[in-house]
Amino acid sequence: MKAHLTRRYMFSASHRLHSDEMSAEQNQAVYGKCNNPHGHGHNYAVEITVSGPVDESTGMVCNLVDLDGFVHQHVLERYDHQNLNVIQEFAENVPTTENLCIAIYKIVQRGFRLAHLERVRIEETMMNAFEYRGDL
Amino acid sequence: MVYLTRKAEFSASHYYHNPAFTPDENVRIFGKCNNPNGHGHNYTLEVTVKGAVDPKSGFVVDLKQLKEIMNREVLDAMDHRFLNKEVAEFSKRIPTTENLAIVIWQRLSPKLKAAQLHRVRVYETPDLFVDFYGEA
Repeated sequence: MKAHLTRRYMFSASHRLHSDEMSAEQNQAVYGKCNNPHGHGHNYAVEITVSGPVDESTGMVCNLVDLDGFVHQHVLERYDHQNLNVIQEFAENVPTTENLCIAIYKIVQRGFRLAHLERVRIEETMMNAFEYRGDL
Repeated sequence: MVYLTRKAEFSASHYYHNPAFTPDENVRIFGKCNNPNGHGHNYTLEVTVKGAVDPKSGFVVDLKQLKEIMNREVLDAMDHRFLNKEVAEFSKRIPTTENLAIVIWQRLSPKLKAAQLHRVRVYETPDLFVDFYGEA
């Protein structure tokens, strides 16, 4: 029987929203305070949802130790206490939380083989959240 | 179609063990959760039902009835219990959060008359939850 399992992780990082394709005035108009050249930071909460049949011998969709290990090594170590703008995937992509969802989705989908990735959901603050489920 | 979600909380203990595995395998797969004396959680249950809004009552489902069914089928059976020993379904199934969501679905589904069960979500901790949408 198929179930969905969601695990929540936290990391803290800084970013600045700025697009080279727009003028300084346009950047200011679009991104407002988030365009501050020195950047600012958030405590991000990331929810990873995976699905699959519940293994009869373990009662699990996948072993949480494996999921935690993967996410710590490949997501949290990559982003926690970093400036997102200097990380490779944001060299040409603005590190909005939308793009962060897509980047984390790609990392998990490429590398984690023990369950099917359903969704990446990120809370940038308690007041806003973003979800990516792949290109449907 | 309107979806309605009701929450409930219960506290219970459990441990993970498969007698088909060797003691070493049980420890390797289940880790700390294999402690035979058990450990506990404060579970949060979310039951989502769906249906058409009754034109006379304005309800998808009578909340009082839903609450009574959840109390009778889930809370009376599981709150302040040792799941492995006191809930019949777990005498042969490991009481993982995945199986807990499935068992709660199987208990509630035949009892709901007016509305249709859509989702059972069980939080084991604020950082971990499982969704079950039925066998389809």
